[in-house]
Amino acid sequence: MKKIEAIIRKTKFEEVKEALLNSNIDWFEYYPVHGIGQSRQERVYRGVQYSTDVIERMKIAIVCREMFVESTINAIMSVARTGEVGDGRIFLSEVMDVWSIRTGENGDTVLRDKK
Amino acid sequence: MMTLDVIAPVVEESKDFVNGLDTLWVLLGAMLVFWMQPGFALVEAGLTQKKNTANILMKNFVDFMCGTVLYWILGFSIMYGAGNAFFGWEGFFFIGEDSNVPAECTFIFQTVFCATTATIVSGAMAERTKFSMYIVISVIISMFVYPFEGHWSWGGGWLSELGFHDFAGSTVVHLCGGALALAGAIVLGPRIDKYDKNGKSRAIPGHNLALCALGVFCLWVGWFGFNPCSTVAATGYDNAVSMSHVFVTTNMAAATGGIAALVYTWVVDGKPSLSMVCNGVLAGLVGITAGCDCVGIGASAIIGLVVSIVMCFSVSFIDKVLKIDDPVGAVSVHGVGGLLGTILTGVFCDSSIDGVEADLGVQALGAVAVAGFAFVVGMIIFNIIKHTHGLRCDKRIELEGLDIYEHGEAAYNE
Repeated sequence: MKKIEAIIRKTKFEEVKEALLNSNIDWFEYYPVHGIGQSRQERVYRGVQYSTDVIERMKIAIVCREMFVESTINAIMSVARTGEVGDGRIFLSEVMDVWSIRTGENGDTVLRDKK
Repeated sequence: MMTLDVIAPVVEESKDFVNGLDTLWVLLGAMLVFWMQPGFALVEAGLTQKKNTANILMKNFVDFMCGTVLYWILGFSIMYGAGNAFFGWEGFFFIGEDSNVPAECTFIFQTVFCATTATIVSGAMAERTKFSMYIVISVIISMFVYPFEGHWSWGGGWLSELGFHDFAGSTVVHLCGGALALAGAIVLGPRIDKYDKNGKSRAIPGHNLALCALGVFCLWVGWFGFNPCSTVAATGYDNAVSMSHVFVTTNMAAATGGIAALVYTWVVDGKPSLSMVCNGVLAGLVGITAGCDCVGIGASAIIGLVVSIVMCFSVSFIDKVLKIDDPVGAVSVHGVGGLLGTILTGVFCDSSIDGVEADLGVQALGAVAVAGFAFVVGMIIFNIIKHTHGLRCDKRIELEGLDIYEHGEAAYNE
């Protein structure tokens, strides 16, 4: 079992959501995040220039079985890419175990992805 | 001891010449000018940070509530009572005479004007003033400063003797408010973090430009009472023509003022700024207020343009060069706009329109005299408060927000 975490552009969220619904995973979480990086956005307020270093992005997290890792990552990558700086990152990590609260069973069969 | 006889309005009975239509017109004007209070409240709330929203709304309530009571007790008599060239001193607790409208009609119309002056100051002093001291300031403005200089132009004082023309208050209301606002912002000093350690200006964006824009539309509507209803008469052909003309010039200057700010910010800053267009509309309105009855439509368009462009320049100049922190641009809009509008009235006044003549020298003298008076009195009052009770709230209160510490309730809750 693996966990895929992706930081994507907010504007790409709808497309990524569609792509994930069409792939094999059964559930994912998402949350708006603020990050601080090297890129700056220049703004003007009442004649005073200022830059915001806070960057708004969407973070999504998916836990899936080994066999779906590559297809899920490809699904995200194919739609979230614009080619501009700031498209985001995808992180992959190991998940040790999982329990279903309703049935009490554990192991990767709990993940109700399509086969 | 105060007796009921004293506080009841003493009105000379004169049913013969009171005119119903005129009265309706002026009372409608009072309603519209009152509508400028929510306008100011929304503009100021929108251009400041959300942690101070309840505080700034409260200040706008205080201005109108205290203004109403104090203008009744003392203000009206200083402004319109019989006296000398500098102030009136007769008829406390409002004693008035009927004219073409009942005395109380005149009184309520002047009351809403008075409250407008006090409200201008709250924006420039936003986000860092002790609430208790703001009440003191508001009281002094409504009771003393505004009525005193108002008597010069509108109460038969020395400026009206000279032929100074300020139809609805570019100088009497707006320049007075703007000069007081400048004094307040200077004595208070800038908000924490407004300037970095090298003295470079930093942006503290307003928290809600939707509120600000709505407020400007409210003010624009309110100005259709502020200016046209200052004819104080609606009967007969001449008044009908005059009222309509004032409507047109008022609206024209607002529109060209907004356009000027739009173009200015687009060219100078790279993008057309909504908050500056809001200020531009207001600057146009402030500028046309003195001469709305006696300048042509073309001249009103020019006044709006010129005042607004100078206002845009002034916002940057005050912020970046003088390093005076005026969060909403009240000094530039009302002070600079009022000064310039009054002087431009002397340039563009056309006596064929309303039979009014305005001399450029007298216009400039009147504007400078009122501005100087309001600024000096403001500096004295604010400095006295600063060095006795203290004018500015504690650092922690300023950082965490006046809403919670000064009022115990925030404008926005989860």
